[in-house]
Amino acid sequence: MNRPAAATRGYMRPMQGWWRRDPFFVRYMAREATALAVLCYSVILAVGVVRLAQGEAAWNAWLQALRSPFAVLLHVVLLGAMVIHAQSWFEIMPKTMPAMFIRGKRVAQSTIMRVGWAAAGVSTVLLVAIAWWLK
Amino acid sequence: MPNSRHIEIQVLRYRPEQESEPVWQSYDVEFTDDMSVLQGLQHIKDDLDGSLSFRWSCRMAICGSCGMMINDKPHLSCQTFLRDLMPGPVRIEALAHLPIERDLVVSVDGFVKKLEGIKPYIIPKEPRTLEQGEYLQTPAQLERFEQYASCINCMLCYAACPQFGLDPDFTGPGVLALLHRYNADSRDGGRDERMQIVNAEEGVWSCTAVGYCSEVCPKHVDPANAVNQNKVNSAKDYFLRLLTPKGVSQ
Repeated sequence: MNRPAAATRGYMRPMQGWWRRDPFFVRYMAREATALAVLCYSVILAVGVVRLAQGEAAWNAWLQALRSPFAVLLHVVLLGAMVIHAQSWFEIMPKTMPAMFIRGKRVAQSTIMRVGWAAAGVSTVLLVAIAWWLK
Repeated sequence: MPNSRHIEIQVLRYRPEQESEPVWQSYDVEFTDDMSVLQGLQHIKDDLDGSLSFRWSCRMAICGSCGMMINDKPHLSCQTFLRDLMPGPVRIEALAHLPIERDLVVSVDGFVKKLEGIKPYIIPKEPRTLEQGEYLQTPAQLERFEQYASCINCMLCYAACPQFGLDPDFTGPGVLALLHRYNADSRDGGRDERMQIVNAEEGVWSCTAVGYCSEVCPKHVDPANAVNQNKVNSAKDYFLRLLTPKGVSQ
């Protein structure tokens, strides 16, 4: 009995379009797809760093480009995608972590999720505050 | 039947000697509010069509035999009530991602083979004689593995796992959760042997954290958590093997 599991007897149903079969799978695919938005924004920031290294004129041109209506629209879309990405990762986070125990009691999954959101909220506020202060 | 109602039950039939691929068949089923989907199927088999095949045993969500797709979601049919599925129709098919042998009966060969492979029993850390007494365990040590010990091998998590559907060689959520149940047991010393299964490409790394396995588990085992905890363990194991010439996994 050394044949692989795939070769066992019986009728195998096709997997085509599997991710559309259940809303849960659609949400999973949304989590995976919105990673591209994270990639996209990291490219935008990396370009900014390169432009900064190229001197004042290049930096100002990059800042100017970010003010175009297309760039603003892109930022709104990317922000939306990032919120979906964060939300879906916080949802799965308790399942991806080793069990945590505080005073012998297991920390509830909902607590881990809330701590995640709190950390995201606090760091966002801090970042905006620092940006405001530097302005 | 007093106070009975009717519901349409559609079953995906597959009789290999008769059909080359599965076909839907519809039954009009009279039911009362206390009847489960399993009882609906038993009514079909007893009174309407004796050729229908399905597995069942305990009728109380303990044996793990009667798992099937009910309206495209994996459920134990003994635990799902027809009254909650009104007005119907109810669509029933064999557990997804598994080979259909006949009607609602799937082949469990692959699952059983994987289950045997993880050595699903305690391999004592230190052998003790009868005179030395039993292996003691604190409530905290019990809590480390107790939920994973609740698995009833119903395979609903396999029907919920698209990675298993795409690659049937993936060890899968249920078996990996049971593997963790023994690795996390303070009395067990078989971790080194089991880590080879965890570390393999068909082990924990085939999981992409979809998480649906934990949603459908009727016993709240949370297999996704067991699998993902072992990604950490597997990474630790890998780096410790690099650091120590002989290799250890602790």
